[in-house]
Amino acid sequence: MQTVRVNGQTHSVDVDPDTPLLWVLRDVLGLNGTKFGCGIAQCGVCTVHLDGHPVRACNLPVGMIGERSVTTIEGVDNADPIVHAVKKAWTNLDVVQCGYCQPGQVMAAIGLLKTVPNPTDEQIDSAMSGNMCRCGTYMRIRKAIHLAAGETA
Amino acid sequence: MTRMPLTTRRAALFGGGGLLLATLWPSASPRASTGMLVENATAPFAPNAYIRITPDNSITLILPNIEMGQGIYTSSVMLIAEELGVDLAQIEIEAAPPGSAEITGGSTSIMTEWKPLREAGAAARTVLVQAAASRWNVAPSSCTAASGVVSHTPSGRTFTFGELATEAAKLPLPKEPTLKAASDYSLIGKSQHRVDSAIKVNGTAVFGIDINVPGQKIGTVAASPVMGGTVRSLDRDAAMAVRGVVAVLVNEPRDAVCVVAEHYWAAHKGLQALRPVWSENDNAHVNTQTIYDQLHDGLKGPAIIPSPKGDADAVIAKSHSTYSAVYQQPMLAHATMEPINCTAHVRPDGCDVWVGTQVADRAQETAADVTGLPKEKITVHSQYIGGGFGRRLEHEYITQCVQFAKQTSYPLKIVWSREEDITRDRYRPAYVDEVTAGLDEKGHVTAMKHRIVGPAVVARWDPPELTKEGYDEDLSVATLITSYTYDVYRLEFARREAPGVITAWWRGVGGTRGLFVVENFIDELAVKAGIDPVAYRRELAKDNARAVAVLDRVAKDSDWSDPVPKGRARGVALQFAFGSYMATVAEIEMQTPETVIIHRVTAAVDCGQVVNPDQVVSQIEGGLIFGFSAALYNEITLENGRVQENNFNTWRVMRMNEAPRRIDVHLIASTEDPGGIGEVGTAAAAPALANAMASAQGHRYRTLPLLSSRNQEKEAAR
Ligand code: FES
Ligand code: FES
Repeated sequence: MQTVRVNGQTHSVDVDPDTPLLWVLRDVLGLNGTKFGCGIAQCGVCTVHLDGHPVRACNLPVGMIGERSVTTIEGVDNADPIVHAVKKAWTNLDVVQCGYCQPGQVMAAIGLLKTVPNPTDEQIDSAMSGNMCRCGTYMRIRKAIHLAAGETA
Repeated sequence: MTRMPLTTRRAALFGGGGLLLATLWPSASPRASTGMLVENATAPFAPNAYIRITPDNSITLILPNIEMGQGIYTSSVMLIAEELGVDLAQIEIEAAPPGSAEITGGSTSIMTEWKPLREAGAAARTVLVQAAASRWNVAPSSCTAASGVVSHTPSGRTFTFGELATEAAKLPLPKEPTLKAASDYSLIGKSQHRVDSAIKVNGTAVFGIDINVPGQKIGTVAASPVMGGTVRSLDRDAAMAVRGVVAVLVNEPRDAVCVVAEHYWAAHKGLQALRPVWSENDNAHVNTQTIYDQLHDGLKGPAIIPSPKGDADAVIAKSHSTYSAVYQQPMLAHATMEPINCTAHVRPDGCDVWVGTQVADRAQETAADVTGLPKEKITVHSQYIGGGFGRRLEHEYITQCVQFAKQTSYPLKIVWSREEDITRDRYRPAYVDEVTAGLDEKGHVTAMKHRIVGPAVVARWDPPELTKEGYDEDLSVATLITSYTYDVYRLEFARREAPGVITAWWRGVGGTRGLFVVENFIDELAVKAGIDPVAYRRELAKDNARAVAVLDRVAKDSDWSDPVPKGRARGVALQFAFGSYMATVAEIEMQTPETVIIHRVTAAVDCGQVVNPDQVVSQIEGGLIFGFSAALYNEITLENGRVQENNFNTWRVMRMNEAPRRIDVHLIASTEDPGGIGEVGTAAAAPALANAMASAQGHRYRTLPLLSSRNQEKEAAR
């Protein structure tokens, strides 16, 4: 049995400790907002927050999480001004296309704005380059992050 | 499938009354512009879209196309809502069940639906207004419909659509519903927010991979790494010993194995422990070079010649000079962001399939084939698609899933690893082209000859579409279908099917394939002639006002006639594909031959009447980036019949730091019928970039990917 704290709730899950958090979220807890894209920390669609910091769930063994708390796209606090601003910017600018990468992009963007409230293009690029978008929505992601930063500044 | 003309046939509506209106149009020709309207709840035919209005005033549109990112839900809804008189926010959307013959691909959606969807909306509005008018005993012309309400303007009386639906359903549908004049549009042509934004931002959108059917188990598969291999042995016990594994399955053709478990990770570990051994065959001798050699070999010898114009050989022979160049393009994987997956539950009395597919009909057919069940016992539940790009025009993964699922009593969700997704893709084929031009003393074209060597994708994908002569009309884009007028022109096609792989459609299809070659060649001719590349194209396209307009506009917006900023270079491309015109300028910097910084991309697009302008811009932006990614980095290679690239560490995808600093898209106002837009950006990317790189480095880039060392080697060998 592994114990993991997700979105404020503690779960006991019957999996091996080497099981990546991603599969615990998706296939055991039924939290499908966090996506699978590569399994090797290359694409970022599995981005969640671990104690508030963006990490890749696909290569994080559940047995190594310990006391730290996991937040997924389902569990972000909509009352948080940054969360609210990011989601609003994303819909206002119609960033999404197929949408598959977007929960990961949103998690990465929230993580960025928490540490760098008003990022430059370069800071955005370096924080977001681990999050691929096959549909090529990068132009709008950059704009949306600036927009969200402006709202919360 | 029986097709009915506009009719007033009735049938009992679903319980509770209401109005159900279906629209259908011939699917044989994706460019048909005339739809047919029918009204029926238990339709024995297959409608493409429905409008459903129930007495509680809920308005549902059941849409023919699958949303895979292109924003088609939003634009389809806009077309219906414009004529029906409802607000976008009042509408619920459902995906159409299979039986709707529509295929989402080839950028045809808006082209096909432009008229029928508006007619459907107008027909429904007409009967709703009539129902209201007869209740009030007034003339229908004194009533208006807006925001889901019919109003009698003089008296201020109103009914909601829902209140009128049951009555409206009894009225005959107008044969030719009156459509709004373009000047009266309140939605069409004005940017609307996507209807699927919020659910995709908050993570609640359900993609195929997110399906969670009660009792389902999760399987992951390995197919033979060499095409045509079958499984000879496997270590079943080792796989079953992995905690969480519940079954090891081999499919019927024995070309794939599946480990089923309580969750993906256990299935994945089980598959590693299974260590299947595969039989080999001749395909195990195929290497990338085998394919290229075969293509280069096709530059000589017989070819199919569709629609020749004049005697190209004779004119070229008499020309002042001739010029010729050979181009090579690699195989490409789709690598959609959502890996291939499918869920199926096979029971003795029926089968459900949950999947993201561009071809719901084929999904239903293949499930019927594999299970032996009649087609009507197969239910396909279409899901959001995490990227199509042509991959989900294939259905072999659905076949495979059902082959496994028919061995299990529980619903089985198959998820491919990324490695499986890339190494068992169906690939955009490799091609070799040779273009030869006869030139006059000023360097202008007197005659052009273009030979394409490669497979005919349509021959497998839709055999009746291959012409009697064996020609695949997809190859006409950028060659026979072009902005340019050539006095003398000959296209030649030497068909060479690639051994060891299956080839398939890929975003931009013939446009992406053809434009890289043609726009690269035209650019080279311009440079050779010492004529500005925009001016050279303008001359060649002078008979085509829409082409000239996009070219002029892009020249202006990109500051083409201003000196290029220091250290930078520009490249241009012009195209007519999928019914849309586009001109593109890329401005780049190359500090070394291996690094390309794309500073700025400017595009001018004339795609006819625009339905949702901001989403057109979004598709162009994304299409360009998708195209740049492949143009710079991507090539599928084979060694001993095995695909070598297998995940995003070896299949490079453009990331945000490599994306253009800036993309500016200008849409030309137009009332022409809408053209496609999902693929034009991708088609523009490689030629615009290759021409910019040629300008930066002083040598041509005739081989894709552009960063391939072959472009340098060839130069050195000169
Ligand atoms: S799935 Fe985790 S980074 Fe790709
Ligand atoms: S929106 Fe499709 S992958 Fe990003």
